Amino acid sequence: MTKLSRDEVAQQIAEAIPDGAFVNLGIGAPTLVANHLPETLEIILHTENGMLGMGAAPEEDQVDPDLINAGKQAVTERDGAAYFHQADSFGMMRGGHLDVCVLGAFQVSENGDLANWSTGARGAIPAVGGAMDLAIGAKEVYVMTDLLTKNNESKLVVACSYPLTGVACVSRVYTEYAVFDVTSEGFAVTKLFGDNTIELLNSLTGLALIDATTPAGLDERKGR
Amino acid sequence: MIDKVVSSVEEAVAGVPQGATVMIGGFGRAGQPVELIDALIAQGASDLTIVSNNAGNGDVGLAALLSARRVRKIVCSFPRQSDSWVFDRLYRESAIELELVPQGNLAERIRAGGTGIGAFFTPTGAGTLLADGKEAREIDGRLYVLEYPIQADFALISAHKADRWGNLVYRKTARNFGPIMAAAATTSVAQVDEVVPLGAIDSEGVVTPSIFMQRVVKVPERQWLHDGKFVGRVDIEGQPRERATGTGAPGGSQ
Repeated sequence: MTKLSRDEVAQQIAEAIPDGAFVNLGIGAPTLVANHLPETLEIILHTENGMLGMGAAPEEDQVDPDLINAGKQAVTERDGAAYFHQADSFGMMRGGHLDVCVLGAFQVSENGDLANWSTGARGAIPAVGGAMDLAIGAKEVYVMTDLLTKNNESKLVVACSYPLTGVACVSRVYTEYAVFDVTSEGFAVTKLFGDNTIELLNSLTGLALIDATTPAGLDERKGR
Repeated sequence: MIDKVVSSVEEAVAGVPQGATVMIGGFGRAGQPVELIDALIAQGASDLTIVSNNAGNGDVGLAALLSARRVRKIVCSFPRQSDSWVFDRLYRESAIELELVPQGNLAERIRAGGTGIGAFFTPTGAGTLLADGKEAREIDGRLYVLEYPIQADFALISAHKADRWGNLVYRKTARNFGPIMAAAATTSVAQVDEVVPLGAIDSEGVVTPSIFMQRVVKVPERQWLHDGKFVGRVDIEGQPRERATGTGAPGGSQ
């Protein structure tokens, strides 16, 4: 069994992002993707609090409290950066102008529903932020997540039991075991890491996964 | 002659009535008009409805207003943060009402409030708990939710520079909700680092045109600026870095 580290999963996602793309990286693990984007490419990071062209964290004595990301951490601006107000920032998302957004998840369902903002736990203080806008806005919504919860329950499910963030919005899920595309027939495994097999993933998730890892598998899928 | 510049933060928040709806700019601490909020606490208005992205950080600014029990209801997208203990306590005591709105819908509702839009259909939140009880409509095969505008009696925002007409420019991501809140309130008040002569702001670079502003007040320049230039040497909370290192208490109270 092969399990990639979070950084290796972030590397996989970074490799899928083309030069010139406008990308929003969600709070938490998805921010790791930024560390793997090649400096030779011009990939423009959007942060929903009002900026395109976000750069890396500053030197300690250069922290600017007026220049932060959606996680409220200090960042820098790249040449070509632009600032705008909140309505414009979310208009960019909702209007379908972002190419890729990478989000974390509690659950993703076979039809691409995403649950990542609330576990519905009693007494918990609710907070949604930009999660629902991000989920439905970008052309491609990638989820970066562990395949299993701490209790070894699959985060890929037939139907989400947690409150939804967005309906039928996820296009692809990157996990430490494999990459899954959301298709009209369910989850299709497009890439297995190391010695992992479809059988292993079927048993971990309890789902009947489509094998799209081989050219034959892809052909079969397209033929339907 | 138009002169919207007032000489004190007390004057800037004068007349906020009991039960008012007040928009407060800022995303986390960035762009939060702390001096105006402190003046509002001193001014004494209570039973307020606050519209703001977050529900306060630490014990200052919006958190201090909540702590003073002046707020009946807060409309926001992300109340829960690592340093939102004031809100958390009030919410658990059922001492404050919360209307949770996805951030883009919050922004668009404020924008609509300032631009004469009666309501709008948005895809954000469609099919989720936050659309429960709201009118939904399928348009071109996609599900949308009807959302209504938000207007306010007062907007308190923070900008970088103003002239006496009330033209504003902002600084970096501290802009966030400022421009849309300015347009959505009856009385919009900006605290600024610097008031410059009329004509000194490049007309092409004005971000909030003067028509949206009613009052402007100069406050002490932020610690990380000197004569309008960034000098740094602070932590993310804007506190001198030497002190922050000394106490080693990120997010700690003051």
